[in-house]
Amino acid sequence: MHLSRPARIALRLAAGLGFAVIYAPLLLVVVNSLNPDRSASWPPPGLTLHWWATAWDNSGARSALWVSLKAGLGATAIALVLGTLAAFAVARHRFFGRETVSFVLVLPIALPGIVTGIALNSAFGTVLRPLGVGLGLFTVVVGHATFCVVIVYNNVVARLRRTPGSYEEAAMDLGAHSLRAFADVTFPLVRPALLAGGLLAFALSFDEIVVTTFTAGPGVQTLPLWIFENMTRPRQAPVVSVVAVVLVALSVIPVYAAQRLSSDTAATSRV
Amino acid sequence: MTATASGAAGAPDTAARRLAGALHRHPRLRLTLLLTAPLLWLAVLYLGSLGVLFVSAFWTTDSFTSQVVKVWSTDNFHALLTTPVYRQVVLRSIGVALAVTALCAVLAFPVAFYTARVARPRWRPLLVGAVLMPLWASYLVKVYAWRLILSEGGPADWLLRPFGLAGPGYGLPATVLTLTYLWLPYMILPVHTALAQLPAGLLEASADLGARTWRTVRSVVLPTVLPSVAAGSVFTFSLSLGDYITVQIVGGRTQLIGNLVYANIDLDLPLAAALGTVPVVVIVLYLLAVRRTGALSSL
Repeated sequence: MHLSRPARIALRLAAGLGFAVIYAPLLLVVVNSLNPDRSASWPPPGLTLHWWATAWDNSGARSALWVSLKAGLGATAIALVLGTLAAFAVARHRFFGRETVSFVLVLPIALPGIVTGIALNSAFGTVLRPLGVGLGLFTVVVGHATFCVVIVYNNVVARLRRTPGSYEEAAMDLGAHSLRAFADVTFPLVRPALLAGGLLAFALSFDEIVVTTFTAGPGVQTLPLWIFENMTRPRQAPVVSVVAVVLVALSVIPVYAAQRLSSDTAATSRV
Repeated sequence: MTATASGAAGAPDTAARRLAGALHRHPRLRLTLLLTAPLLWLAVLYLGSLGVLFVSAFWTTDSFTSQVVKVWSTDNFHALLTTPVYRQVVLRSIGVALAVTALCAVLAFPVAFYTARVARPRWRPLLVGAVLMPLWASYLVKVYAWRLILSEGGPADWLLRPFGLAGPGYGLPATVLTLTYLWLPYMILPVHTALAQLPAGLLEASADLGARTWRTVRSVVLPTVLPSVAAGSVFTFSLSLGDYITVQIVGGRTQLIGNLVYANIDLDLPLAAALGTVPVVVIVLYLLAVRRTGALSSL
């Protein structure tokens, strides 16, 4: 379509404004973490790294970071196993109900988080409490794994669909048995997808708050839960900004790495 | 080489070979081994929990002991339909979700048009990455950013003061604004894809037939992009409808359906479950409506 010069300029301006609006709030949090004023007055009277040092010494934030890392790693590990198994079943087999599998897998992120959250919460209450297992880090890992599976699954299925089964057949024609063909041919081919899916699953788990709210036991606080609890406390305000920056960095870096790995923007589209 | 390898490995290799042979000959066994764990997790644990939740919506709570009474009754749904507050909150939530969706569609179009057709081709993948990245930057931090922006004397007030205006403060408009910001990339991406796939020939044909730019946009571009807007709206609508955290942070005293669910969990779980089915039902209805436009296949 032939766009007139003014139309081009108008579109460019609109898009520029759009990108500014998308990124300005995130930049604001970074600037605010350097704001020397405790009540975050605007514009900031200067810049300081003082709150970063304070945050480093904040034991609550630190232990929350550990809990988040542990929950993220645990959920990612489970999601990698379950997502890969399901992906191989769907991509390499035909069976009744094959279409339903991806539907069931996507349900935990398609339904509102609060529905998934209370469903798991009441299930844990009825099943685990009689066994003497209360809510804790374990239940957070189970909850996160439930919605992380689909991320790994999507990545691995996409890769398997692009990888013809003839590679495995060639390996087997050359005398490899099916397990060896898997180890030497198939696995190396899907490894980048596993890595990308794992990184994305970790990122998703790392900043999740709704399901976490309902599956975390008393005393188990992830980084998002910590921020949420401290957000309204004026005394903690500057430290919250610092932790917020850390949270963004720790969830965006894995996604960036995953995007480089898969060189396919569709893989990082989250759903 | 093969001889030494199999000789050194010996028995384990033949065992592995035998197992591999068995798996290879029995695709059903292979499939069972692959599917058992994921299905146990998702179908039994997850769908089971959802099912129990749905059933518990038909139970009641003893108002004295706040114990759940497992007797079938439709009291919760009756209350849901007849209590004015609930009706109001449900309608407000749907209104917010629709407003957010409309705003996202309007805002996404120029940005997507630029990234798909105006920007230099070399830059396009980078720009798409720039749209995607914020989706992964913590949800909570983005809401927190808007809390800072809209705070009294914060950046919004500071920006608008020269014009004699003030920011909206916390409340319903702030909620709509923040949710729009949160879900905007979900709308930009499908619209971008649709615009990028629009054949240049169509646009040229329209121009050859004498259509001016605006006419082409109205008669060619918008109709082809509409299914993608519908696809994006699935996200903007359902994510807004289920949200309760954003409202708590920037909504002031505004109540949405998510807050009602949250408020009732400890006191009256059956009522909370009944309230929780509302967004699910609305989302399913919305999905069915969108499916008629054929948008879901482009997801």
